[in-house]
Amino acid sequence: MGFFIETLIGGLMAGMLYSLVALGFVLIFKASGVFNFAQGAMVLFAALAMARFSGWANAALGGDSLFLANVIAFMGAGIVMWIVAWVIERLVLRNLVNQEGATLLMATLGITYVLEGIGQTLFGSEIYSIDVGMPKDPVIMFESLFEGGILINKEDFIAALIAAILVAVLTLFFQKTPIGRALRAVADDHQAALSIGIPLNRIWVIVWCVAGVVALVAGIIWGSKLGVQFSLATVAMRALPVVILGGLTSVPGAIVGGLIIGVGEKLSEVYLGPMVGGGIEIWFAYMLALVFLLFRPQGLFGEKIIDRV
Amino acid sequence: MIYRENGQFKTTYQADQQIFTIAQDKIFVLAVIAFAFIGIPFLVDEYLFRAILIPFLILALAALGVNLLVGYCGQITLGAGAFMAIGAYAAYNFFIRIDGMPLIAAILLGGLSSAGMGILFGVPSLRVRGLYLAVATLAAQFFCDWAFLRIKWFTNDSSSGSVSVSNLNVFGWSIETPIQKYLFCLCFLVAFALVAKNLTRAIIGRQWMAIRDMDVAAEVIGIRPMYAKLSAFAVSSFFVGVAGALWGFVHLGSWEPAAFSVDRSFQLLFMVIIGGLGSILGSFFGAAFIVVLPIFLNQFLPALGSLFGIAISTAAVSHAELIIFGSLIVFFLIVEPHGLARLWSIAKEKLRLWPFPH
Repeated sequence: MGFFIETLIGGLMAGMLYSLVALGFVLIFKASGVFNFAQGAMVLFAALAMARFSGWANAALGGDSLFLANVIAFMGAGIVMWIVAWVIERLVLRNLVNQEGATLLMATLGITYVLEGIGQTLFGSEIYSIDVGMPKDPVIMFESLFEGGILINKEDFIAALIAAILVAVLTLFFQKTPIGRALRAVADDHQAALSIGIPLNRIWVIVWCVAGVVALVAGIIWGSKLGVQFSLATVAMRALPVVILGGLTSVPGAIVGGLIIGVGEKLSEVYLGPMVGGGIEIWFAYMLALVFLLFRPQGLFGEKIIDRV
Repeated sequence: MIYRENGQFKTTYQADQQIFTIAQDKIFVLAVIAFAFIGIPFLVDEYLFRAILIPFLILALAALGVNLLVGYCGQITLGAGAFMAIGAYAAYNFFIRIDGMPLIAAILLGGLSSAGMGILFGVPSLRVRGLYLAVATLAAQFFCDWAFLRIKWFTNDSSSGSVSVSNLNVFGWSIETPIQKYLFCLCFLVAFALVAKNLTRAIIGRQWMAIRDMDVAAEVIGIRPMYAKLSAFAVSSFFVGVAGALWGFVHLGSWEPAAFSVDRSFQLLFMVIIGGLGSILGSFFGAAFIVVLPIFLNQFLPALGSLFGIAISTAAVSHAELIIFGSLIVFFLIVEPHGLARLWSIAKEKLRLWPFPH
């Protein structure tokens, strides 16, 4: 029983990390109808920027204060992501208004290549580490309840906490601020939003920027876990089933989807994996999402798709 | 002046329904095919065959298959690489495990297995649509990546995980040299392109297009969505599977699952979208573009660097390739979202009036 709960908790925390990446997809899809395949590349790009800036800032400060260096690096990487968002809106999205979903999808794949190329040219292609002072040691909890207790990775726990805080902040931002209201209006109906004077282009920059910051946070957490390297971009592939399971247009969906996928992956790997040779995590997540989609084609929390002739 | 249909009257319905209704088109295409069969083997050296022409032919075949599904039936797929893998591994198993299995039969059986799996993975399309479906098709991709890596039966228990075939021959002719391989692939491509063209003109193609344009409306006028969608998945997977078998057998010779990774799926979708959705010709343009561009950049960038006296490291070249490749894709999507095939038809329209535009 203890082992089962341990796996369950591990899955839940891994799921929170997936939802962090999935959030970026949802934000952009909601606001601009673009299925942003470049989210993974953005995570990589942001993590690369963060890792290098913090290295440079640390060297410039003489290694006195890691915290200060990280804060500077975070701001720097945030500015970089803002520039990326602005450039993408200006050069790509603005010119592809009203195109079909498939065309936009391909355009974001093009952006993926560009971001990967530029990121590695600017910041180098070695493996970097991000040290934001997260504790690495696991702790054992509930020893009184279960025999041997439950092993919890502190780093994962903090990461999950940060993800939860980020979601809360984003929800507040969407519900309470004027910009958030404008974003929701744009998500609802582009034309109507435009006609009441919401500047569509600026909204897109903002939303890509927010997605960039989400990517930055995801990049920091994933980067400090796995090291900042090229394979970080494939995190997007792990987050895709989360997005379709939760629904492309729903922020809470990304969270719930992440939790379901995280738990499903871990449980399947532990209990089903040994029977078939292991390594089933990645396709199991997709199959799981597919099963849910067969019952709800728009994802758990997505807007209902209504067809009219 | 060159391209003029004056005086070409169609007096029967049959004449109106030909593949090429204009004589110039027919002559041009036949000339191109004749040149590909007779001219190119004498003109081109081995490197070009290996690096460009054979990959182009095979990937054009795969792109045709993807175009039938994405361009004609409107079901976006990101799992095309998986069906190439299924085709390749199924053909391998038929070829190795059954004694005296002819090569062509093995390849076609590989295609059929791929078609079967295509129907299976196409079932969600009856319920799930659009981008949700696109992501769902990735399930096929990752499942196949896993299956061919972990299930040893598929790879004939080879210890390294890679499989290889040798001594290919068709009716007693061996397929060894690049020219023979090229001609072998060309035969497949011409035959399948003809099949694809005729399918899209026939009732089944019209059903696919109706489903693509609006599936609810298509259902209302009496098209069975299940039959239309699943047949599109089956035919498309068959094409892609045959291409995969050719890719493994003829182009690579020995391969492992990484040859059919998710990157391959993206590459195929790129070809279809850059070439032109819903256009047979577009598949060829797209395949040529995607095959030639990286090789061109690879050769051209260091040359450009040395022209200005800068030595570019290989890492920098590969990064620059990524950047230029990505930007060119975005550029083409912006300039002509309907693909290179549309540019081609615009050029033809212009040629009708040239040199006296009024």
